Amino acid sequence: MTTAPTVSASTITAAIRSENVCRHYRMGDTVIRAVDGVSLEVPAGEFVALLGSSGSGKSSMLNLMAGLDTPTSGCVIVQSHDLAKLSREELAKYRLHVVGMVFQSFNLIASMTLIENVELPLRFAEVDRGQRESRAREALDRVGLKARVHHRPSELSGGEQQRAALARALINRPKLLLADEPTGNLDSHTGTEIMNLLRDFNQQLGMTVVMVTHERALAERYAQRMIFLADGKLVEDRPNRPALEVQP
Amino acid sequence: MKLPDLTELALRNLRESFLRNFLTTVGISVGVASLVAMLSLGTGLQQLFTRRLAKSGLFDTIYVSSRREMRGMGREEERNGPIPGESRILDEAARVEIEHLRNVSEAYPDIRFATELRFADTPHLTTISALPQSAQSNDAFEHLQGSFFSSETAPEAVLQKSFAEELLGKTPPLGAPEPSVSELAQPLLGKELVMRYAQREVAPGEAAGTRGIASGDDSTGASYSVVSREQKLKIVGVSDLDPESMRGPTRARVFLPLKLAESLHVMQPTDLREVSRGASDQPAYSSISVRVKNPSQIQSVEDAIKKMGFTTFSIVDASRSLQQVFKVLYAFLGIFGSLALAVASIGIVNTLVMAILERRREIGIMKAIGASDADVRKLFFAEAGAMGIFGGVIGVILGWAIGQVINFGTNIYLKRQSIPPEHFWAVPWWLVGFAIGFAFLVSLVSGLYPAGRAARLDPVQALRYE
Repeated sequence: MTTAPTVSASTITAAIRSENVCRHYRMGDTVIRAVDGVSLEVPAGEFVALLGSSGSGKSSMLNLMAGLDTPTSGCVIVQSHDLAKLSREELAKYRLHVVGMVFQSFNLIASMTLIENVELPLRFAEVDRGQRESRAREALDRVGLKARVHHRPSELSGGEQQRAALARALINRPKLLLADEPTGNLDSHTGTEIMNLLRDFNQQLGMTVVMVTHERALAERYAQRMIFLADGKLVEDRPNRPALEVQP
Repeated sequence: MKLPDLTELALRNLRESFLRNFLTTVGISVGVASLVAMLSLGTGLQQLFTRRLAKSGLFDTIYVSSRREMRGMGREEERNGPIPGESRILDEAARVEIEHLRNVSEAYPDIRFATELRFADTPHLTTISALPQSAQSNDAFEHLQGSFFSSETAPEAVLQKSFAEELLGKTPPLGAPEPSVSELAQPLLGKELVMRYAQREVAPGEAAGTRGIASGDDSTGASYSVVSREQKLKIVGVSDLDPESMRGPTRARVFLPLKLAESLHVMQPTDLREVSRGASDQPAYSSISVRVKNPSQIQSVEDAIKKMGFTTFSIVDASRSLQQVFKVLYAFLGIFGSLALAVASIGIVNTLVMAILERRREIGIMKAIGASDADVRKLFFAEAGAMGIFGGVIGVILGWAIGQVINFGTNIYLKRQSIPPEHFWAVPWWLVGFAIGFAFLVSLVSGLYPAGRAARLDPVQALRYE
């Protein structure tokens, strides 16, 4: 990302900053304003929850932060780089090295074993085979799946699959962890397990976590800050005091 | 992504949809097999022709004659060369000199005369020609009944089939089936022929019992007698094909060993001319056949002989145009063979486009976790390339097997027609490499569109796909 434009030094401490960012889609004659002029700033190391009802634009906002989508206007600045101005190749490197992503539907590759899924980003990063395996085992160990490395995703429970997805998100030691409804497909018990892991990563590894959820209670228990979106606009941004310890 | 990782992932993906990818690979192999079959037929035929022509002696032989005989084929040379009467005589000294030229394997005089042969007290008139031992490898003698001359001086004769028919009184009427050569050889082999001929004797003799034609001129001292002689010959072989088919009506039907023919000093047509010109007493040859070690050297040897003052003739140009014919044949067979591969390449495009639709979400996941457009493109290229290489290898084996089967079948048919078996099929190593490489290349080209399409997939859209 050497060619990417940099921004002023005053904003360096922010992990993510968006300025009047818009993402509009055109469907026939109708313009859908998925994200409509959102400006926000997430300091490094913060655990932020993006809340809102279905269609509020929270997932679209997360995709813009992940560099999976590009804004129609405005900018998203991560680590001094304006994502809107990066090339497709640079965005791929950004997703590989800076961001880790977790999805509601886990998004593991069904034909691969857990360890193969977890080490896949390392293949794209052209890490040597030996190092790849030890790092993948370490990541799976961290999420409690040491004994399941050679299982395929279909042989695991939802909670285990999401933990494997977390291990994959961790593997390249990203600065930023983006989670899109990570507990949406899980029961409350396993959901709490996953949330505890997210909080551990935030607290122990110093990762900035942005989590999209529509469960307010979950956000209140874990997030340090809650940002509410409605119809693509930021409607509320307030700090939150998370619970110290949550038992599954 | 590194090449080993790409290969590993590509092979894994191919295994996942095994049946579909296997069928696509079979399509490629059929295409490659047809290409290999066509080109190996072309190669085989070319090798067969080259082998046959090399054996025929047409492409490695130069016919040398003296300009005195005016038998040169180049009219230009006849106009501009030295005056025939003053040019060099083609005698033994000239023959030895030619034989010692570089790249010449042998030079032998063309001894040929028409005379009477008696078999079972019946006279037969025919042309006789002398052959060196090396003529044994000529393909006209490949299926010789009996044997070739036991030595260069043996009083033996090899007959051409039509003369054997004449001796046995079995000449078939026009259009009737010919008797087989083995049938003709059986009653003749080992039998005796008596050849009557006119011998040129250097010392003028008037010995009793010889009917001599004395010719001479006291001023030159060159004179000789012509004496009637007889020579007994044992029939050792009967040849099916005609080794002198190129010579048309002057072709010989009985062959003698070269040294034997030389020792007989048979009166040659040139002798009379030499006498009338008052030449030396050394016999002159009407022509000499010169064989070069390799047909490619024919031109340089021809030039060297021309410098010596002789007229030469070879059919080297015919060989060049034959190569052109084979190039056209190759291109034609290659295009035909490639058609099936072109159809197979559409199969590759279809398979990979299907794979994109099926693996849309997987492509989205890979992009979300950091795969670049180039990684995705390379992965699809690797899959196309792997199918190409597998298809190529299987296709070469299949093509080779088809060739063997057709070769086998054709030879059974030839055997039934009493034609000796031949190798029509040849799969040289360059063809193996070319076929696999070509299949790989065609697969990569076929993968261009699907790989580009997969690389351009929008990850957000792809992740939404269920």
